Amino acid sequence: MPYAVSFQQVSRHFGTVRAVDAVDLEIEAGEFFAMLGPSGSGKTTCLRLIAGFEQPTSGHIEIFGETAEGVPPYRRNVNTVFQDYALFPHLNVADNVAYGLMIRGAGKAERTREAEAALEMVKLPGYGARKPGQLSGGQRQRVALARALVNKPKVLLLDEPLGALDLKLREQMQEELKVLQKALGITFVFVTHDQGEALSMADRIAVFNEGRIMQTGTPEEIYRRPRTRFVADFVGSSNVLSPQLTERLAGVAEWSSLRPEDIRLGDESGQDATVTGTSFLGSATRVTLDVSGEKINVLLPSGAPVPSQGESVRFSWDKNALHLMGAGA
Amino acid sequence: MSSAASAPSAAMLPGRGGLGGALSDAFWRNPKLLLFVMLTPPLLWLGIIYLGSLFALLIQSFFSIDEFSGLVVREFTLKTYGELLRPSNLDIIVRTVTMAGLVTIASAIIAFPIAYFAARYAKGRWKAVFYLGVMLPLWSSYLVKVYAWKLILAKEGILSWIFDKLHLTFLIEGWLALPVVGGNSLSVSLTGTFLVFVYVWLPFMILPVQAALERVPGNLLEASADLGASPRQTFVNVLLPLALPGIIAGSIFTFSLTLGDYIIPQIIGTSHRFIGMAVYAHQGTAGNIPLAAAFTVVPVVIMGIYLWLAKRAGAFNAL
Repeated sequence: MPYAVSFQQVSRHFGTVRAVDAVDLEIEAGEFFAMLGPSGSGKTTCLRLIAGFEQPTSGHIEIFGETAEGVPPYRRNVNTVFQDYALFPHLNVADNVAYGLMIRGAGKAERTREAEAALEMVKLPGYGARKPGQLSGGQRQRVALARALVNKPKVLLLDEPLGALDLKLREQMQEELKVLQKALGITFVFVTHDQGEALSMADRIAVFNEGRIMQTGTPEEIYRRPRTRFVADFVGSSNVLSPQLTERLAGVAEWSSLRPEDIRLGDESGQDATVTGTSFLGSATRVTLDVSGEKINVLLPSGAPVPSQGESVRFSWDKNALHLMGAGA
Repeated sequence: MSSAASAPSAAMLPGRGGLGGALSDAFWRNPKLLLFVMLTPPLLWLGIIYLGSLFALLIQSFFSIDEFSGLVVREFTLKTYGELLRPSNLDIIVRTVTMAGLVTIASAIIAFPIAYFAARYAKGRWKAVFYLGVMLPLWSSYLVKVYAWKLILAKEGILSWIFDKLHLTFLIEGWLALPVVGGNSLSVSLTGTFLVFVYVWLPFMILPVQAALERVPGNLLEASADLGASPRQTFVNVLLPLALPGIIAGSIFTFSLTLGDYIIPQIIGTSHRFIGMAVYAHQGTAGNIPLAAAFTVVPVVIMGIYLWLAKRAGAFNAL
């Protein structure tokens, strides 16, 4: 079985800017794959390379084993849910959803039937006659999803599709997208800058920074065993400890990461630190410690006693919670 | 601590004083008052001077002229409109409307690629070059341009010279030998009239089409391609429908300007008259104001029908 998408040393340069820089990537058929990274990290350009809106400067792209360079978007069996949905304002919802079918020359009856079925799938039955301008952001998002899925693509690309939605709607859509992906078995490639979204939805994640992939792995791997300082910091805001501090705490002169939620306070055998600040987050309280000049965040579960600012405390952690990343990370 | 220059310490600042301050406050409390003050003068202008004179014209067209005395008979009659249907007058109407239609179609075809380039690709300096290039011809005198074209299209003009150098003179001669569009030279043919009309009115098509295309987000074109549409299909199904309001707006200009113009066909073209020339002749030398008025009503009616058809065809749905 070939990979759904494979990149071999793919670069995309815009003038002197290396938006995508020698990226190797393999996405398995049927998986929910997230590309995670800050803005400008090259994740959206990678998505556009798969869709065919961009052509690689160098390197090789395959989609289900077939060469993709030089193939225009309209000849790729790949569909995209755009960040701002890109619904056609002059067409009603049903015609938007059936656009791909209309282009393929499907008859009126088939278009009506398929569009209604797709709208039902995204829980918008009976909305066909409305114009996109009459819908809320969440509804437009669903229409964009239906418009892409109605073509039964081999790969569905989603470019920050939940970015414009409010928190509650976003969580609901995350759940629905996951269920939909499992039910349809289509490969989903999802671009996001929200690490929580990537961790909760994806089967595997690629973390991007400055046009390169820093690490690829399951959410668990990425979260528990970050390979670089960037990944540790970006995914779950881990504490990144310098080789000097790591040597003092664990006896090894390497960069390391220590999750805020893996740290306990008040253990008499622990290390000394000074509290420099606290902030209440609702489900937890974040305590900032100063440990010989380095800042370490601690997440205390709700209800635990919270030290006050300036207080001296002792902290400790499980031996395997401190994750070593090597001297050059 | 409170000197005049220091930061204000009261929660509410005193009124600004004077008439200006009082007016600012009054307008702020009563936005409709501002709207009324701003709109009354232009509405009076539009209502009385413009629409009023149009209405006076409409009334004139229902009067008739006494054939013996040459005086206007102020009695309502449809006799003048009946005269419009005489073959010689009908001929003028058909010629003018056909010309206006062709000029509009040609303008739209030429304007679209220019407007598309300006809207999608031109940035910064190139955008300025575009606006300058489109507007520059509008700044020079209309008569100068028309006479310049007369020289360009003349038998010994630069166009003949170029075709001669390219050994393509037979093309011009063949075209001029055709009935209706032909003539002794391009400057005395309907083809010449057509070319100059297209040249003179083209900016009025380019600008609204460019404005419409500017509002089409680029990702709609990507979305169309993503859903399998070839560039041609994207043009037909997305770009054209979204540009249509702009094309219609532009065509209102090119169509009505051609319908009403009486100078271009007088300088460049055949001796056959256009509506504008007929109006000019009837209200001037002939003194037949009612017939001139009736002729003037024709473009108004045609534009009304045109807009009604465009609306029915859904040209404004994207607005």
